[in-house]
Amino acid sequence: MITKKDLEHIGWLSRLELSEEDREKYTPKLNSVLDYFGELDKADTGGVEPSYHVMPMSNVFREDVPIASLSQEEALSNAPKNQDGFIKAPRMM
Amino acid sequence: MASINELIERIHADSSEEIVTEYLEKIEKSKLNAFITVAKESALLRAKEIDSQGHDGPLAGIPIAIKDNISTKGIATTCASKILTGYIPPYDAHVIEKLKEAGAIIIGKANMDEFAMGSSTETSFYGPTLNPWDTTRVPGGSSGGSAAAVAGGEAPLSLGSDTGGSVRCPASFCGVVGLKPTYGVISRYGLISYANSLEQIGPFATSVRDVATLFDVISGHDPRDSTSVDRETNYSSALINDVKGLKIGVPEEYFAEGTDKNVEKSVRDAINTLEELGATSVEVKMPHTKYALSAYYVIAMSEASSNLARFDGMRYGLRTEDSDWHTTFSQVRAAGFGDEVKRRILLGTYALSAGYHDKYYLKALKIRTLIKQDFERAFRDADVLIAPTMPYPAFKLGEKIDDPISLYLADVDTVPINLAGVPSISLPCGFSGGLPIGMQVIGKHFDEAAILRTAFAFEENTDFHTRQPEGS
Amino acid sequence: MYENPDGVMIGLEVHVQLNKLKTKVFCGCSTDYHNDPPNSHVCPVCLGLPGSLPVINRKAVEAAIKIGLALNCKVEEHTQFYRKNYYYPDLPKGFQITQYDFPISSGGYIMIEGEDGEHRVGITRAHMEEDPGRLVHEGTIDKSKYTLIDYNRSGMALIEIVSDPDMRSPKEARRYLDKLRNILEYLDIFDGDLEGALRVDANISIMGGQRAEIKNISSHKGAERALLFEIVRQKNVLRRGGVVVQETRHFDEAREITLSMRSKEEAHDYRYFPEPDLVPLKISGWAPAIKEMLPELPDARRMRFVEQYGIMDDHAKALTSERKVAIFYEEVAKIADPKISAVWICDVLKGELNYRDLTIEAFRKEDMLSVIELLMSKKITEDGAVDIIRTLLDKGGSPEEIVKEKGLLKVEGDIVSTAAEEAIKENPVAVSDFKAGKEKALNSLVGSVMKKTKGRADARAAREILLGKLG
Ligand SMILES: [Mg+2]
Ligand SMILES: [Zn+2]
Repeated sequence: MITKKDLEHIGWLSRLELSEEDREKYTPKLNSVLDYFGELDKADTGGVEPSYHVMPMSNVFREDVPIASLSQEEALSNAPKNQDGFIKAPRMM
Repeated sequence: MASINELIERIHADSSEEIVTEYLEKIEKSKLNAFITVAKESALLRAKEIDSQGHDGPLAGIPIAIKDNISTKGIATTCASKILTGYIPPYDAHVIEKLKEAGAIIIGKANMDEFAMGSSTETSFYGPTLNPWDTTRVPGGSSGGSAAAVAGGEAPLSLGSDTGGSVRCPASFCGVVGLKPTYGVISRYGLISYANSLEQIGPFATSVRDVATLFDVISGHDPRDSTSVDRETNYSSALINDVKGLKIGVPEEYFAEGTDKNVEKSVRDAINTLEELGATSVEVKMPHTKYALSAYYVIAMSEASSNLARFDGMRYGLRTEDSDWHTTFSQVRAAGFGDEVKRRILLGTYALSAGYHDKYYLKALKIRTLIKQDFERAFRDADVLIAPTMPYPAFKLGEKIDDPISLYLADVDTVPINLAGVPSISLPCGFSGGLPIGMQVIGKHFDEAAILRTAFAFEENTDFHTRQPEGS
Repeated sequence: MYENPDGVMIGLEVHVQLNKLKTKVFCGCSTDYHNDPPNSHVCPVCLGLPGSLPVINRKAVEAAIKIGLALNCKVEEHTQFYRKNYYYPDLPKGFQITQYDFPISSGGYIMIEGEDGEHRVGITRAHMEEDPGRLVHEGTIDKSKYTLIDYNRSGMALIEIVSDPDMRSPKEARRYLDKLRNILEYLDIFDGDLEGALRVDANISIMGGQRAEIKNISSHKGAERALLFEIVRQKNVLRRGGVVVQETRHFDEAREITLSMRSKEEAHDYRYFPEPDLVPLKISGWAPAIKEMLPELPDARRMRFVEQYGIMDDHAKALTSERKVAIFYEEVAKIADPKISAVWICDVLKGELNYRDLTIEAFRKEDMLSVIELLMSKKITEDGAVDIIRTLLDKGGSPEEIVKEKGLLKVEGDIVSTAAEEAIKENPVAVSDFKAGKEKALNSLVGSVMKKTKGRADARAAREILLGKLG
């Protein structure tokens, strides 16, 4: 069970601003999904290794050879705000 | 509806420009809302170029629709989300490079569920796509625009992506052929990630032959994707109308309660048809199927919560009023993401967070191992498996949108395939009340040849794939 | 035995940029961005554009193994990358690809010059990760009205070296950093002179308080300053009856103070999970092969210098504490007398360089050889040699020219002889004292000879000549 209070914390961890109304709306829906996920507890997974990757691949590398980068113009072309070649973000504090 | 071969003949006789113009007119008149962006100018320009200069690629001059989560240089790519407003990628996905090499013409970017999260194409910021067979119904999802475009005659070919059924579900609901390849066969470079460890790009067409042709073009090793496999293949050569000696596994768990009677009957009839052609069938047990849906959603949401962390409005996309950085970040995302995306980010964050990581995320990955083992066992007794793609035909618009659980339950037969990374093709095998029914043919890892051959033989001996929705 | 009266415990997390690689860790962007405009060395991967994917640079893995071996770590045969999920504008994907469980190397140590002699500092782990971009604030981070981002640095290969909390003073912390940099330069995978090449986060606690983490330290001197400030701050808090809380603080290099960064973002929950876009590394066999090719490291070179050249251990240590100095020495010692070379490089040249804040590159090996040659052939005095070295550093020129200009050539024997006769004549008291057995009286006569020759005479030679004339 997640409470509206938990949701505030999860919202912050997710960097999603949630209004009071959002929290009201989401809490029961998220809980119904979590209830459904409770199904997982019934599976016996003792001694079973997790599958992080579906294929048993390893050791895929690039060689240390440079390739062309984007131009500065291309790199900045999608940035809503920029200044002197930098991407401009809000103040930190 | 024209096949690739017919189109190539027409391009030789007339011109690519004429073909492209016809499709563009069709799109313009359409009410399906299958496209988010129509690349009219660049498509016509490219068609003229091919007409004047010639091109010997296998898809020279042929238009194709691209799901809008695949990066196209110079063409807006939105993932059907408000948060990518204004984003024009400076690079092409690997599959787009391959298509361009082959002479294909990108006619537009197809509608989808926002960030591929859904099975109905209703969560798009750009409005839902309608099912060409019945415009009060959903086309399936998340690649609904790609499937509807092909079914509705607005593009002869399209690309989608399949994370938990997102190619096969709309193929089934729209009555076209769609393939989810083995994990690693098509490069994901340029596919905007929803759940990296599960998804593959997949081709749509109106026939198995055209799917195979398109698959030949876009598959193959790409050094920019660490999970891309390196194998030589020629899928078109697998298309032989012969299933003698083929062993079909029938997983009873895929015909479980909740499966529409007509769907069950059509799929079992299809198996009979193949048996009449010389195949044999055997029941296989896949006991962990019942956990697949939960495991799938936990893994997909966990990966998604991290994948979508980059959408902060700094380098691209929507930007709201500035305050301090962390607050601006939260507000950009609150304004840019839709409800279903937010729900999945929140649940994924929760499933990975301290104290819950083992209960949800790790547990789901262990179940993934058990499901892979189910498939390994089943394939000891069978060459391919056959099951319904979706438990029912296309549902009504709005029917499930506010009930996440019932929406997720629609994916019950498609998600285990992604958990195991095996290939599966969905093709039409019947109709119910005027709506198409799809069956999926599932293969072993890298055995696309077997499922393409099975699907091809079925298609050659039936006529479900030739039926078209009215007005297409 | 060092008492450590405040119970200071310092652990350092050092981020080392593998800036001698040609490309970044997960993309093919060139690492040669230091003189280029912002955001001109970026691609879809290091800019975190949607749909881009990382692929590991093989050379970065090899460099990580070299570092692990040089720090006496155990190098893993199986390793993998994780996502560390947190949000900061320098992080283009909203997560950092780093290592978590199964870091590439762990459990090592290095020896440093501690408060009370050789001191061992444990290395918890040394793992691979990607560098975030560079942020520029207008003025200071807490006052700036906006944040500017340059992603040229984003995706540079980093090795994060985490030490055990084994350092007991800011001085030891600095010595640790010096030693670490020295080792890394010996490995030839890193140029410590480039901006941002080595960055430090410091954890420090004193008895009775919790530890503070100090971020944004970019030099060895800065580390020492930040830690000195922090000890005083923490002691003051405790003295006033306050509590030293666990927190992250930002070092303000200009003001040499640390600032609290406490805010809501402190509630970290990194939600680590294996990076699905990278496959695991199975690198058994790599470490033994790399070990074979590892260059000689500072401690080994120091021992070899003692053995091979017969020089004092103190000299060997000083000569090997910088790779470039060690190379300079060996080149000189190949031609000149190794012991004399060690004395002049360690005791004179290094001191003169330090005094001027110069590095060994400021002095030519050929000039060192000339100076030693002039000394050995007794053409100049030791004072003259020092004078030449100083002049070379301050004004340049060649040793021969300086000798000529300043008239440093040692004076001839008959001039000394004449000066000695004069000295004996002018100092009858000293002469009679000496003859009465007061050996020390000879010194004043030698002094007199030196004065007459304006220091150009060799003191020992003057003494001999005086003895001859008096005996
Ligand atoms: Mg780190
Ligand atoms: Zn790059």
